[in-house]
Amino acid sequence: MKFMLMMHTPAGTGEYQINQWKPEEFRAHIQFMKDLNQDLREAGELVGAEGLAPPGQARLVQVRGDGSPEVTDGPFAESKEFLAGYWLVDVENAERAYAIAGKASTAPGPGGKPLGIKIEVRQVMGAPPDTL
Amino acid sequence: MKTIDERLLRELAPQVLGAVVRRYGDFGAAEDAVQEALTAAALQWPEGGVPENPRAWLIQVAARKLTDQIRSESARRRRETKIVLETAPEENVVPPPDQAPVEQDDALVLLFMCCHPALTRPTAIALTLRAVGGLTTGEIANAFLVPESTMAQRISRAKQSIKSSAVGFVLPPPDERNESIGAVLHVLYLIFNEGYATSSGKNHQRVDLSSEAIRLARAAHELLPDNGEVSGLLALMILTDARRPARSGPNGEIVPLDEQDRSLWDQKAIAEGVQLVSDALSRGAVGSYLLQAAIAALHDEATRPEDTDWPQIVALYGVLMRLSDNPMVALNHAVAVAMAHGLDKGLALLERLDRDPRIKDHYRLAAVRAHLLERSGKITSALVFYEQAAAKTASIPERNYLFLKIARLQAN
Repeated sequence: MKFMLMMHTPAGTGEYQINQWKPEEFRAHIQFMKDLNQDLREAGELVGAEGLAPPGQARLVQVRGDGSPEVTDGPFAESKEFLAGYWLVDVENAERAYAIAGKASTAPGPGGKPLGIKIEVRQVMGAPPDTL
Repeated sequence: MKTIDERLLRELAPQVLGAVVRRYGDFGAAEDAVQEALTAAALQWPEGGVPENPRAWLIQVAARKLTDQIRSESARRRRETKIVLETAPEENVVPPPDQAPVEQDDALVLLFMCCHPALTRPTAIALTLRAVGGLTTGEIANAFLVPESTMAQRISRAKQSIKSSAVGFVLPPPDERNESIGAVLHVLYLIFNEGYATSSGKNHQRVDLSSEAIRLARAAHELLPDNGEVSGLLALMILTDARRPARSGPNGEIVPLDEQDRSLWDQKAIAEGVQLVSDALSRGAVGSYLLQAAIAALHDEATRPEDTDWPQIVALYGVLMRLSDNPMVALNHAVAVAMAHGLDKGLALLERLDRDPRIKDHYRLAAVRAHLLERSGKITSALVFYEQAAAKTASIPERNYLFLKIARLQAN
């Protein structure tokens, strides 16, 4: 079963707060993510994972009446949180996806304390379930 | 010519691997060597012709590759000594073609090994397809839509688990065999489902997993002809696959059983499946795969939907429910009761499932209820449950089917 694990962080200035952290805190955070991805890769569960550039750089693209796309820097739906990155995993069951998300949520922040990042877990739509 | 070779290679793969593992012990190394031998064969046979004894050719080439590999490793002396000591002298030569081969047992052992209960199911599936099915890692990754590196890791972990759990290259002892054959059948069932569920998909390059599962189940049946569940699973696959030409429309949309053009069903496959079921039943076998196959047979034997022997199907689901407490079986039982004894009776059975936490939120419960309400002429209520079902399913084809259903009902 494939799941997308979406990492939500609080919206702020449009820049990542991580840039304000001390270098060692930053490194610990990045190392945590690298280790997590390596574990998933070795378990044969990782399909893909990416971190996204901060929302200040986001652009909105929408097709216009004449069929040409229009690129603007907003307006975005008002929200307190935004997507900072995601994992796509292929795992045995939903419980395993929750466990991975739980682990990702403990990524360290300032002072080495777990951030408690919110991770939204969504099953990827696919083939019908395993019933004949 | 090329396709014949591929089929031949896939058939030979488990036999060759079995023979090499039995001789050298190291599953991981043997598996790599056999893959190399198969690659060599795929390159050389189309030009030079298939050797007189292809199996012996492959074993010899794999053994040579394995020896090369062992030589080049740093611990070569220790390992070479071990192999020489562990190998009986007569096993160091390929048996002559006229000598009765033991490959069938080897393939069976291999199947048990790959489906070892200690492995997770996705891992066991990957390993079975590679070692027993002879598919490449790339083909398997493609079939499951994951990156090749992910699948490679999965397979290499599987080999590692087999190594560390010290599963010997022997059949499991009789008292463990039941659990093990259960795992083997489940893995084959999952492989079949994976192919069956997505057979209407857009990806034409996908390895046909259903055919592969049927081929492997056929091999298992040849090895264990008296096992009712093996016969049952093979029959279930054949009988389900027989409806394949009719089960999806021109745009890949799902066509439900009662709307399928039954003249498209594969009658030869149905005859084979029915024969398997009746042979197994006449031997007194009863098991969940066999019962499901018997139900599939009853559906397949009905020329028109209204000819379906629903009372018999109700009875079979009743036996299945006693065998295992599976809410999906209870759901199918309710459908059969509705068809045999009246829609109200079926709808009443669904109320019991509303209290079962394992299925109460499942889209199929909502879809079945919608279907039965629609048949009873309660269109407004049916729409509510069709919409619930569409919102709950994680399957794109199922969702499309349900949306289509909703649109049709609203149009009338």
